[in-house]
Amino acid sequence: MTSAQLEKILTRHDHQSANVLAILQDIQASENYLPRKTLEEVSKRLQVPLTQIYHLATFYRTFSLTPRGRHLVTVCTGTACHVKGAASILNTLEREFEVAPGETTDDKEYTLETVNCLGSCALAPLVVIDNHYHGRMLGSRVLSLLRGEKDASEKS
Amino acid sequence: MSEKEIVRFQIDGLKVEAEKGQMLLPVALEYGFEIPHLCYHEAVSPYGACRLCLVEVTSGGRTRMTTSCNYPVDDGIEVATSTENVLRARRMILELLLARAPHSERVRAMAHSVGVEETRFRIIEEADGCILCGLCERVCREVVGANAITFVNRGDRREMAPPFWDPLACIACGACVYVCPTDCIKMEEQGDERTIVRWKRTLKMQPCKSCGKPFAPQFQLNWIIDQAQLPKDFYELCPVCRKQKK
Amino acid sequence: MHLKSPDDLERLRTRILEDRKAQEGKKGIVLCTGTGCRGAGALEVYEAFQKELGGKSAIEFTSTCCHGFCERGPITIIEPQGIFYQRVTPETVPQIIAETVKKGQVIDDLLYQDPATEQAIPAEQDIPFYKKQNRLVFGNNRLIDPTRIEDYLAVGGYQALAKALFDLSPEEIIAEVKRAGLRGRGGGGFPTGRKWESCRRAPGDVRYVICNCDEGDPGAYMDRSLMEGNPHSVLEGMIIGAYAIGSHEGYVYVRHEYPLAVENVGIAIEQAHKMGLLGKNILGSGFDFTIKISKGGGAFVAGESTALMASIEGYVAEPRAKHIHTVESGLWDKPTNLNNVETWANVPLIIERGAEWYGAIGTEGSKGTKIFSLVGKINNTGLIEVPMGMTLREIVYDIGGGIPDGKRFKAVQTGGPSGGCIPEDMLDLPVDFDALTGAGSMMGSGGMIVMDESTCMVDVAKYFMHFLKDESCGKCTSCRDGTLRMYEVLDAITKGEGKEGDIELLEEIGWATTEASLCALGGTAANPVLSTIRYFRDEYEAHIKDKRCPAGVCPALITYTIDPEACIACGKCRKECPTEAITGKKKVPHEIDQAKCIKCGTCREVCPVDAVKVE
Repeated sequence: MTSAQLEKILTRHDHQSANVLAILQDIQASENYLPRKTLEEVSKRLQVPLTQIYHLATFYRTFSLTPRGRHLVTVCTGTACHVKGAASILNTLEREFEVAPGETTDDKEYTLETVNCLGSCALAPLVVIDNHYHGRMLGSRVLSLLRGEKDASEKS
Repeated sequence: MSEKEIVRFQIDGLKVEAEKGQMLLPVALEYGFEIPHLCYHEAVSPYGACRLCLVEVTSGGRTRMTTSCNYPVDDGIEVATSTENVLRARRMILELLLARAPHSERVRAMAHSVGVEETRFRIIEEADGCILCGLCERVCREVVGANAITFVNRGDRREMAPPFWDPLACIACGACVYVCPTDCIKMEEQGDERTIVRWKRTLKMQPCKSCGKPFAPQFQLNWIIDQAQLPKDFYELCPVCRKQKK
Repeated sequence: MHLKSPDDLERLRTRILEDRKAQEGKKGIVLCTGTGCRGAGALEVYEAFQKELGGKSAIEFTSTCCHGFCERGPITIIEPQGIFYQRVTPETVPQIIAETVKKGQVIDDLLYQDPATEQAIPAEQDIPFYKKQNRLVFGNNRLIDPTRIEDYLAVGGYQALAKALFDLSPEEIIAEVKRAGLRGRGGGGFPTGRKWESCRRAPGDVRYVICNCDEGDPGAYMDRSLMEGNPHSVLEGMIIGAYAIGSHEGYVYVRHEYPLAVENVGIAIEQAHKMGLLGKNILGSGFDFTIKISKGGGAFVAGESTALMASIEGYVAEPRAKHIHTVESGLWDKPTNLNNVETWANVPLIIERGAEWYGAIGTEGSKGTKIFSLVGKINNTGLIEVPMGMTLREIVYDIGGGIPDGKRFKAVQTGGPSGGCIPEDMLDLPVDFDALTGAGSMMGSGGMIVMDESTCMVDVAKYFMHFLKDESCGKCTSCRDGTLRMYEVLDAITKGEGKEGDIELLEEIGWATTEASLCALGGTAANPVLSTIRYFRDEYEAHIKDKRCPAGVCPALITYTIDPEACIACGKCRKECPTEAITGKKKVPHEIDQAKCIKCGTCREVCPVDAVKVE
């Protein structure tokens, strides 16, 4: 992230230290993770201790300190989804990607995440692939979707 | 000079009094009541993490269990420090803490005093004796002002660490070593280097201009000079030589 | 158009209603594009409609957010007849326009079918799911495009605000809310009027009001739908409350995981500002009030009041000591009144129709209606709004339509991770704050997760402990380590490593977690464990003593086999099995090699004839 880009974000939030959470969210949205250098810069410019920023970055689930993959696959593990088989979907994806939730595949293509309820409970179990919500999922169905996606992007 | 407001209340039936605004735990300790505590230290603000200092407080007809380290005293409250419930809670908390700091003498002694000799829980080896009391972080932030370490993550993955595990802000003053209740932060000196082992911080110490002995980390001295706006040569001499000079 | 007085507001409303009256009988299409329906493909349906209609103004098209019957989405309603179409696909759009919209002909395949009578029901209000509800707060969602403030005005929006600002004093408003008996809908059930009163009375010049939209209970999404579908109802409640309390600055704290809610409330705030319903000198009353949006970072514990305030201040969501009440010292140590989304949305109704009217709904201790998310193993899944006092049985069977696939009801979990499981023999309990707490659960925010015979209650307890140990802020030993250790014991039990005394150990840890923790997360964390032990002890004992999982869920304790009589040897399972544990040839019943089987369940998923058995 360039200095100018960061300045834009800080200005958007009035350079207020109380808005540090929103600032980090904007950085995460822009860079797909929170780069260390950027966090150090935020600390300097906002006069907020780096320790506070680092605690925020590791406490809240939406942040990642390592770059996320090209595709984000999120399995909802809310209660309704769990009762309808989310655990088995997660196991299938863990096996397929060979990563644990929160991790990214070696080829940097996929990051697997879990989320504790997206509020789409009537269509449990939910899997979100790159901001597209897919309801009534099964492990096998998610794999088909992903393979379809891969084929599509390979074509283009 | 302003009049300090005095409040009067009871602890285990004993009539006591204290200044309004004081916390219950230090008042009780002063009166000789033995309330176990691990995350409380008079040098820093109370936090209420360990939960050992729980007592039962009756106020306005209601009785509830509360931590005493951060409970402001008030007129007419009745405090009970060793009820059945309090002891029951202490036992489980100590059993949980033993699983994080099985080698801590202080935790063992406290556990022993309530009849807990061992823990049924899996020892968390990665904890390395840390009970997440936060005293190190509070002393570093509130007293020293170096802001070198912080709580990281949340829930059962919580731990204490420097940001990015890179202790760049640590001045190796040893305040955290001093204040840690389980002795899990160690300081070592070898040759002209000082290391705060837990944070993996090694700093070169400055030799005294007079006697030549390395006496404090250079980084620390420069930091103090900068923070307090002292003359650059303020720490030329070690404390011993400085005294002799006077 | 900037409204400078209540008269301006009424004039505008009259104009809007007149315009709409002129359109009465006009053909219209209402499509739900809330998050739930999007998960079923509503955006693709939306595009199909846009393409097909080609911008024809003869047909009124309204995009709404959430009609509640989420499992039947995408939901489309054809006006003026009110024909309810479910599970609409882009492919059926041309037919809908050609036949239903243009000719009034009903398409049977898209209608709701009553499973009992197998009768198709075209009208929304006749569908059993909706019939027994009392949708006072939630009902307007289906009439409103949340990005059009005029829609909210058309249903009477901001009338209550005008009344509050010009006809009532702050004290009168508080008295009315107190008399109505409104209790917090976020889970605490604290009397709202009393909270407002304490906040108003607290010394100081600056006061804050907060809307808690950090809805974290997994399985509950009432607040999401209210915020997405009718954000103005929440804003109106907040402005009225702010006026009553004496606050000029408000925050809406929305979970990061609800992007559409964040967007829609943002649009609503902007539109309200433009109209003079927010900002300086609201409706010419002299009252100033602004609202900022604060987004969560992904932490369940941020739903706790003091943790939420810490989050707004730029810190981690760690709860703070409770002897200082937030109504006296909250956000930035100022008096702060925090209420849940649904609580705020109830306020305009109370002010407009009066405390008497409101108090006549519900039970003695729990007035008004409550929105619940009825999900899990239930036929009619979605959001429902019922008067307090309706029994769980009526909800599960009359509205929910019972359990699918002919399975047996086992339990309904209420109150999220702070609540407990209620078994079949207690289904006649009314939904009422105190009744549910008395049964070892709680109302909570409104999540109602139905479980059947194929749900393992030990697995449910383990699931909640896994959730809680992850979501705990980590401060208190009793909560952080308490939930961790309860999880470890439960995990061992589900893996067949349970020992005699484990149940007692769970109860012991649970007691300490409840008594010794600072906030309600730790304070209620043991409920899912203790309530499942209370009502399903036999299941725990089967796992511990017999190393058996009666519900057939815990992988270490079950076996997958293929019924040779049912198997048609199609080979699907053999192809999909990730560990190549299935052998078989054409026309030969397939077999699972138990040594290789990892109990993933894929074979059962793909088998077309349900030949895979679990025991």
